[in-house]
Amino acid sequence: MATTSSHEDPNRRDFIHIAAAAAAVGGVAAVAWPLVDQMNPSGDTLALASIEFDLSKVVLGQQVIVKWRSKPVFVRNRTPKEIAEANAVNISELRDPQTDAERVKPGKAEWLILIGVCTHLGCVPDFGQGPYGGWLCPCHGSIYDTSGRIRAGPAPLNLAVPDYAFLSDTKVKIG
Amino acid sequence: MSGPSTYEPKTGIERWLDTRLPIIRFSADLLDFPTPKNLNYWWTFGGILTFCLVVQIVTGVVLAMHYVASADLAFNSIEHIKRDVNYGWLIQGIHANGASMFFMAVYIHMLRGIYYGSYKAPREVLWILGVIIYLLMMATAFMGYVLPWGQMSFWGATVITNIIGSLPVIGPAITTWLWGGFAVDNPTLNRFFSLHYLLPFVIAGVVGLHIWALHVPGNNNPTGVNVKGKEDTVPFHPYYTVKDGFAVALFVLLFASFVFFNPDGLSHPANYTPANPLVTPNPIVPEWYFLPFYAILRAVPNKLGGVLMMFAAIGVLFVLPWIDTAKVRSMRYRPMIRLFFFVFIFGCLVLGFCGANEPDAHPFPGGSVGTFVDADLNSFVWLSRLGALLYFQFFPALLLVGLIETPLPTPESISSPVLPQGATASPEKKG
Amino acid sequence: MMRKALAIAAVFGLASFAAAPASAETTQAPLKDVHWAFEGPFGRFDQEQLQRGYKVYHDVCSACHSMNLMSYRNLGQKGGPFYDPKYPNANDNPYVKTIVKDFKVPDIDQDTGDAIKRPATPADAFVKPFPNEYAARASNGGALPPDLSLIIKAREDGPRYVYSILTGYMAPPTGMTVPVGKYYNPYMQGDMTSNWHGAGKVPEGGFIAMPFQLTPNRVTYDDGVGATTEQQAKDVVAFLAWAAEPHADERKDLGLAVMIYLLIFTGVLYASYRTIWRNIEH
Repeated sequence: MATTSSHEDPNRRDFIHIAAAAAAVGGVAAVAWPLVDQMNPSGDTLALASIEFDLSKVVLGQQVIVKWRSKPVFVRNRTPKEIAEANAVNISELRDPQTDAERVKPGKAEWLILIGVCTHLGCVPDFGQGPYGGWLCPCHGSIYDTSGRIRAGPAPLNLAVPDYAFLSDTKVKIG
Repeated sequence: MSGPSTYEPKTGIERWLDTRLPIIRFSADLLDFPTPKNLNYWWTFGGILTFCLVVQIVTGVVLAMHYVASADLAFNSIEHIKRDVNYGWLIQGIHANGASMFFMAVYIHMLRGIYYGSYKAPREVLWILGVIIYLLMMATAFMGYVLPWGQMSFWGATVITNIIGSLPVIGPAITTWLWGGFAVDNPTLNRFFSLHYLLPFVIAGVVGLHIWALHVPGNNNPTGVNVKGKEDTVPFHPYYTVKDGFAVALFVLLFASFVFFNPDGLSHPANYTPANPLVTPNPIVPEWYFLPFYAILRAVPNKLGGVLMMFAAIGVLFVLPWIDTAKVRSMRYRPMIRLFFFVFIFGCLVLGFCGANEPDAHPFPGGSVGTFVDADLNSFVWLSRLGALLYFQFFPALLLVGLIETPLPTPESISSPVLPQGATASPEKKG
Repeated sequence: MMRKALAIAAVFGLASFAAAPASAETTQAPLKDVHWAFEGPFGRFDQEQLQRGYKVYHDVCSACHSMNLMSYRNLGQKGGPFYDPKYPNANDNPYVKTIVKDFKVPDIDQDTGDAIKRPATPADAFVKPFPNEYAARASNGGALPPDLSLIIKAREDGPRYVYSILTGYMAPPTGMTVPVGKYYNPYMQGDMTSNWHGAGKVPEGGFIAMPFQLTPNRVTYDDGVGATTEQQAKDVVAFLAWAAEPHADERKDLGLAVMIYLLIFTGVLYASYRTIWRNIEH
């Protein structure tokens, strides 16, 4: 039962109470941050955030699938014919318009590095299949060309290009 | 002192909710609860313990996101937490040291209950629920310490689960059932992890009952005299929310000093070596809060006897309300029993000291003085027997002293200060 | 009231120091009195000492002792021996990248399925000297060189203990029989009674399967510091202490900030408490 004792009600607007409450809120926020941040990727996961790959393993006209951040990455060594076919496409016909040049590094057009995850529902497309000789996703029939752009089928976007940089002519750092 | 609720819903939403699920009424009643105005700082430990339980559950659930309960991966998963998980070292340090802080607070809380007679009628169930919480805490802490799968984790688990084997007839079967095998191993670790996650929520439930059982008669107070009227109490909020808040802040200061400046101070280096079933560390010691019981266990030369004595040391607490024959609650007014109480505390400390040492080592300088019955007189074995005596003497004392003592005059009420005939103000400082 | 509170607090303080002494039979020489920059609440690791210590580990210890909890990227992380603020991602740290060039780690060739050795990356764990415990024992006369990732924390008074052992080797006194493949070290816990046939008290200490390693100038430090036995031991202990708890400096830094905040917060709360209780007779 609430008491109505003869003491005076403490004045709730006393500065000291506001200061104490503010300090408490600050303290709680400071404590909350580590509890939230611990769910972010940990040191060992971040260590695998970037990998280096030796391109000399990829034969002309073939691709190698390398694992990066637990996802497959296609490293494809394109033939001049495949590059020419990619460049000859009318951009305005594409569902996700992008020139081939936007998807490779200058002077290194033979190297096409893509995240091998279909932009529809996440399956790994098959290399060299489909009418353009690019990729064909076996799950729902999305068709990609030799630049990894979506040409037919349900996928909305082109195969994603990860961050990468050439450390030398034969070594690339992904991520 | 649970009386009718005085909460009046102010807004439309409050009225709507109040007729469907009166949680706001429930909270308001808790905050307004009439609490004796003379509670001293020993009464802040209930709030401190609630804080500890929340901290352990929050940090524990977070740790469980990264810990792997498998004998070959457990040790390294904890190192992964400390090295790679963002702030993992902090969360693990809080959880490990939080257990020690939790027990420190619970021992003070229990000693307060004994000193001020908080276990006496009508608070017997409150007291018993408290002892149940203590037992659940011991089980939780024991299993938690096994999870890192260090040498001490493994061998501590082996020693303690083995003592259950000393129970006649059923002992060995129960031990095998507990282990899930022929020794402490992966099955044991897995089930301990599951139960270690579960029990704190059981504790939280019993804490709910504990607070409910408290609110029926209302808090005890340092005089042991019942609340007579509204002049004896203040609403829990803001008077005791702020006092408990201040006490928690002091407690956290101590807690932080361990977490940040001595995180391994209360544990044992041997637990930084991964468990090895073929090599026993020397010595095997439990965490400090179990040392007195460990000492009692080893004080009795018979294995089963030691187990029974150890269980008796906790079991006697259940019947405390009925052992004590005194009519006066608070030891503030019972100078004679107070002496036995301090001897009891001293006994706990002696037992704790013994538990940390080898039975055959010499507590006092001068080496060996000669065997008496089964061990050297200058050995921790005999010192722990003395400690056990100092511990157990308190209970017959409670029984007998209540019948023969003359307590000091107790005050009329909480509000009326009392001056005993011909004496100056009461010996204890208030507040 | 206060006296009781102080007494209880003192007891908890004492209880935390009630360390178990060694078993009644074994002895150990009192550990050497040495001090390091990283000790105490205000101590921090000296990065140059950590670099020298890593060199000692690499050149001397890593031939037999693994450090399974360490990865090369740890060397470049904040607080580590080769941390450079210009490279917050340890994978990019040039020192780390140079260091990993020397190592090859076991892997599977994805084309043939054979076991091969490939060049290490910063994400890899420190190379193990032996593939498993049995190989380690076979190469060391049956003794297993312990993993050093946590050795400093796994021993009582770890830094002084490891330092004392590394620098404490001495010729066994006449009358002591030393088992084959072992070496006398007074800082090892042991019971010499059955090996002592000389005059006088049984010497303290025990046997260790590792011979003396830190001969003067065994390691050449890149920063020109003289590589005496004591210096090498001090440096490698500092490195091992860091490896046992890489976040120690961060812990102490945050601790200082937290304690200051808590002191202020406690003070403010106390003032709030006294204000609220001002008018209550209690």
